[in-house]
Amino acid sequence: MTEMLESTKAIGRPLRRKEDAKLLHGRTNWTDNIQLPGTLHMALVRSPMAHARITKVDLSGALARPNVVAAYDAASLGDLNSGVPCVWPVTDDTVMPPFPALTGDKVRQVGDVVALVLATDAASAEDAISFVDVEYEPLPAVVNMVDAISPGSELVHDMAANNTSYVYNLGGGYADEVAKHPDAVIVKRRFVNQRLIPAFMEPRAVIAAPMGMSDEITIWTSTQIPHVLRVLLTLVTGIPEQNLRVVAPDVGGGFGGKLQCYREEILVIQLAKKLGRPVKWTETRSEDMVATHHGRDQIQDIELACTPDGKMIGLKVDLLANMGAYLQIITPGIPLLGMFMYPAIYKMGAYQFQCTGVFTNTTPTDAYRGAGRPEATFAIERIVDEMAAELGMEPMEFRTKNWIQHHEFPYTTVAGLTYDTGNYEAATAKAMDMFGYKALRAEQEARRASGDPIQLGIGISTFTEMCGLAPSRTLGALKYAAGGWEHCTIRLLPTGKVELVTGTSPHGQGHETAWSQIAGDILGIPVEDIDVIHSDTGRSPYGMDTYGSRSLAVGGQAIKKAADRVIENARPIAAHQLECAADDLEFANGAFTVKGDPEKTVTLGALAWAAFSAHNLPDGVEPMISGEATVDPEDFSYPHGTHLAAMEVDTETGKVRLRKYVCVDDVGNQINPMIVEGQVHGGLAQGIGQALYEGAEYDSDGNLLTASLADYLIPSAADLPSFETGTTVTPSTTHSLGTKGVGEAGAIASTPAIINGIVDALRPMGVTDVLMPASPQNVWRAIQAAKGAQA
Amino acid sequence: MHHISVTVDGTRYEADVEPRTLLVHWLREGLGKVGTVVGCDTSNCGACTVLLDGSSVKSCSVLAVQADGSEITTIQGLSAGDDWHPVQAAFKECHGLQCGYCTPGMVMSAVDLLAENPNPTEDEIRDGLHGNLCRCTGYHNIVKSVQYAADLMGGTK
Repeated sequence: MTEMLESTKAIGRPLRRKEDAKLLHGRTNWTDNIQLPGTLHMALVRSPMAHARITKVDLSGALARPNVVAAYDAASLGDLNSGVPCVWPVTDDTVMPPFPALTGDKVRQVGDVVALVLATDAASAEDAISFVDVEYEPLPAVVNMVDAISPGSELVHDMAANNTSYVYNLGGGYADEVAKHPDAVIVKRRFVNQRLIPAFMEPRAVIAAPMGMSDEITIWTSTQIPHVLRVLLTLVTGIPEQNLRVVAPDVGGGFGGKLQCYREEILVIQLAKKLGRPVKWTETRSEDMVATHHGRDQIQDIELACTPDGKMIGLKVDLLANMGAYLQIITPGIPLLGMFMYPAIYKMGAYQFQCTGVFTNTTPTDAYRGAGRPEATFAIERIVDEMAAELGMEPMEFRTKNWIQHHEFPYTTVAGLTYDTGNYEAATAKAMDMFGYKALRAEQEARRASGDPIQLGIGISTFTEMCGLAPSRTLGALKYAAGGWEHCTIRLLPTGKVELVTGTSPHGQGHETAWSQIAGDILGIPVEDIDVIHSDTGRSPYGMDTYGSRSLAVGGQAIKKAADRVIENARPIAAHQLECAADDLEFANGAFTVKGDPEKTVTLGALAWAAFSAHNLPDGVEPMISGEATVDPEDFSYPHGTHLAAMEVDTETGKVRLRKYVCVDDVGNQINPMIVEGQVHGGLAQGIGQALYEGAEYDSDGNLLTASLADYLIPSAADLPSFETGTTVTPSTTHSLGTKGVGEAGAIASTPAIINGIVDALRPMGVTDVLMPASPQNVWRAIQAAKGAQA
Repeated sequence: MHHISVTVDGTRYEADVEPRTLLVHWLREGLGKVGTVVGCDTSNCGACTVLLDGSSVKSCSVLAVQADGSEITTIQGLSAGDDWHPVQAAFKECHGLQCGYCTPGMVMSAVDLLAENPNPTEDEIRDGLHGNLCRCTGYHNIVKSVQYAADLMGGTK
């Protein structure tokens, strides 16, 4: 195997992407492009109020409008008004309120759906919704989490006392451990990890059509999870699974936002079935901002105890996690994906975690790039800097003193995870070298000494994360409803070309290219002769889709195993053709050769035709060469890295400038380093976006103030610098290709690096925290507050 | 309804359109030019950018009737068939796209930018593309793509 990999060398090369020709020529198949004859277009009547009782819904005005075919509210939709599912009740007593696709009694968020209109064209449907007469009796809106859990608060759901969905505990013994150290230094902070909006560039769209084989209904939807969605839609609609085909056509980004079973998907499929004709819905961007789930939104109380000489003793974390108005697919579980990561790369004696899931009259939260782990990484990397300052230690030196050293792997953390491999020393040394760490520290000192109004800060983030979701037994222990395996089928076609069917569902990650590289190397077949089939349950029936940096970490292992099986399944046919024993054959570069007789050789391509014609197969061998594998990962994947940001802060105006960003990530073996680097870049932009620009803001009545791309600032090209990225390679020992996940790394690591840099610049002024996004206003306020405190 | 006559990607179309119809909706739904896409409703994202008489415009900010008598180039008309415009080739070479949704607009804006400034600096590229949002790439490789395209097209910087 090693020899073959070296001889063909598709793996590890920055091959340009197969996907790009169609994307660059506009030959794309976005869901909204799909037009079917007889389609009805759906428009939704969304609540303008965050919390109100519905006292009247009159559809007659809309029904009288031109081209309107039907209109429904919750009552008239009746049994077809399915509930939106949540598959992750994290505790036995998690409060899971009903979430009907159309709400009938109360609206609980701006954007909640009260009624729908179907018309023969989208404009007529959109025009008609303003003729649906809805009357509301306003109720006080519950917006702020601290208020929500206070006694006497208005309730979002009557069944959820104190607006609490659940309280989850992990670990313990923090107080006892600290008590062993009477001289312990303790630092406590409250960090706010603000609410974000995924803002993928392709707005969601969905079209369902009752056509195909007999009772089949096909749904095309802009989703990350066609396979999971098929199961969920079956469970909530009662449409038999075998009759349901889910297709994710070209999907324009997801970042967790399309890891969902949305009410619009449920409505479209129910209506298509009921009316016997295609039904379509495409959201506007303004609709997306309130109707697509949000991410983050935690208040983090965190406490770190250390010995006076800088050894970590223990960590205590107490979270309030905003669920929003309803629980969506994995809303309650998001903070738990971060729960294991607060101790991060550090050694300590005790860890105690508690999370309270809180309902508010806001858009539901759920997965957004990193999902729980960015929040954890932000809190730990921030408080590590705060502790270093408290101890008077250089922050990198403090980290060095506490992190797991490379010779200590595999290492079981205080949170109970076992990290297989890592080399924090190597990644950090490389990053500091690329960054010019010492020179920048010297410049910082000089600026401080001269009283320069532009101060320089150095932000550090030495992170790891758990990804590659996930070992199924672990998911089961955490009460998640599904497993975390991945599937691959590889078929040799008669002409020697290869069909690789994957259960992963790419939406920008370049799987068609990277998966071809893996299979191409193992099978010795050119990358261009391999076609990757995905994202259509009609052609790829089994899979768990794409999220949680799992596609390569889990799906890649399925590809390797399936490809190995292709070779083993071809072997008896090759032996028959070459008239030798199967054991006498060796396989390399796409051909079987008789050991010691290089003239006697047959290619996989020739064997594919032999299997197809089936004229001369050994007895009992079936006329098909394929390999199928479903792999449950042995463990999570633990990429790590060191990120460094040089932040210039104008102490007079609060304006910050990201002058230099260096990161060295260790994602193990790389299949396509160009794609790896691109994933890091994109993650950085989103993590830096959280630190500097983005934040979903509500007013006290529960109106989303950042409800368009004019108000919610995702970074533009002018807002970011070029990045200096590097890698170290410490192969994973629990994954058969030695790879680790990379999709979320940049987003997880970068946010604390930026904020640590800003605080580092301002620490001599007494600043110890800056609220995100670190807008000039928020930075200026932090400076003024510190001045006030010192005065 | 208003009658318009517009040349799109080299073909002249005659059509009757409602006055409120946006150019992007007419391109997509009227002509099936679905390579051009809609990403927002506030003219912030730039995904719908096309060339109107050679200059880039956000086609969500132009009414179809305003395009009467003009010549439109979309991503689908930038190069013939399987040919590659240097900007398209550069985006592939430099991995300047991931999901590809912002790409039609980003490429058309880059074409316009290079027409006006064949040798842009990094800052000029970043400033020139600030009306086109991308959520996948962090812009790093988009900037490289435009620099590479400038080289391909004879720029020297």
